[in-house]
Amino acid sequence: MQTTDQTLEEILTLAAAHFKVPRQKLAPDDDFFKTLGIDSLQTLDLLTKLENHFHVELPDYELQGVSDFRTLAEKVQARL
Amino acid sequence: MHEGNSTSIASCPQISEGLSWTLHEGVIELALHRAPCNEIGTASLEELEKFAVALESMQAEAHALIIYSEMKPGFCAGADLRELYRRSQDMEMAAAASGVRDFLERIHCVLNLIDAAPLTTIAAVHGVTFGGGFELALACDLMIADKMARFCFPELRLGLIPGFGGIPRLKRDLGNAVVRDLLLTGRSMNATKAQQIGLVSQVVGEGEALRAARATAAQLRKFDRATAAAAKKFIKPIPQGELRQEIDIFCELFARPAVQAGLRKFVESRDAQPYLP
Repeated sequence: MQTTDQTLEEILTLAAAHFKVPRQKLAPDDDFFKTLGIDSLQTLDLLTKLENHFHVELPDYELQGVSDFRTLAEKVQARL
Repeated sequence: MHEGNSTSIASCPQISEGLSWTLHEGVIELALHRAPCNEIGTASLEELEKFAVALESMQAEAHALIIYSEMKPGFCAGADLRELYRRSQDMEMAAAASGVRDFLERIHCVLNLIDAAPLTTIAAVHGVTFGGGFELALACDLMIADKMARFCFPELRLGLIPGFGGIPRLKRDLGNAVVRDLLLTGRSMNATKAQQIGLVSQVVGEGEALRAARATAAQLRKFDRATAAAAKKFIKPIPQGELRQEIDIFCELFARPAVQAGLRKFVESRDAQPYLP
């Protein structure tokens, strides 16, 4: 099974590609709403991207209050 | 619109602010294009009613209806909650509740007509397919989803239940446990999951839902229209009793102060994720 760091790296790469932001501009503890410049509807896009990529289900309520990539990676990791 | 002239209908798209439709080679296409994400308020309802009238005149010469969205965020984000809140603030609760009942009766008429139309109806969905948008898709016979589509009934967050016929239609199509999961948790579900539970018939790549719906509509043309209509009538009964009950429950819940508080919270929210339940 992959590590949380690997999951984190995949999330950063995925987010950079989907929202067309240079990968090097994203850091694990960034507030992804601010760094990616996304609104609530785009957040749903990110959620779907993650679910499709990792083949997991992430209930919305588990992600409420989550705003940084590192915590997001931990949530994904818990479902792998 | 050139009534009674199918060639004119086919060659002249009917366009209004929030939606437009065409009839071409037996396929009616209803495109939704009200910013930001086809929220259904009074203006959209009036346009849908006009479409419903046109559908009745077009359906004799059509074998399929495709409903899709031209808006990037998704198929439809549901009822226009900002309008609902604004209107309920502008009047006494009794008048607001009466207005809500009238709105629900009218949207139910439109969705029942789409549900029972004697042609095969396809919702080609992508992105946000929430609340009333989900309910519009559920009125259709087939759902074809882009892999980025998400489905959700977030109404409980407002102290309401879905009001556009969603629960009776979801119950008609799926097991009660799935309905409870979606309704009682308010969580959203992606297209792959929706296909696994039998809600979505095809999951396609990003931006491919309309193409796949058109290919499906072309296949449907091979079948005798009357046979397809008879088969549909047999296997897809309209849950009339539960639909009536839903309107009553919705209106009863709407009159409570908690709903006004929920609507206010949504409208005034600075939360980065107001769409999440």
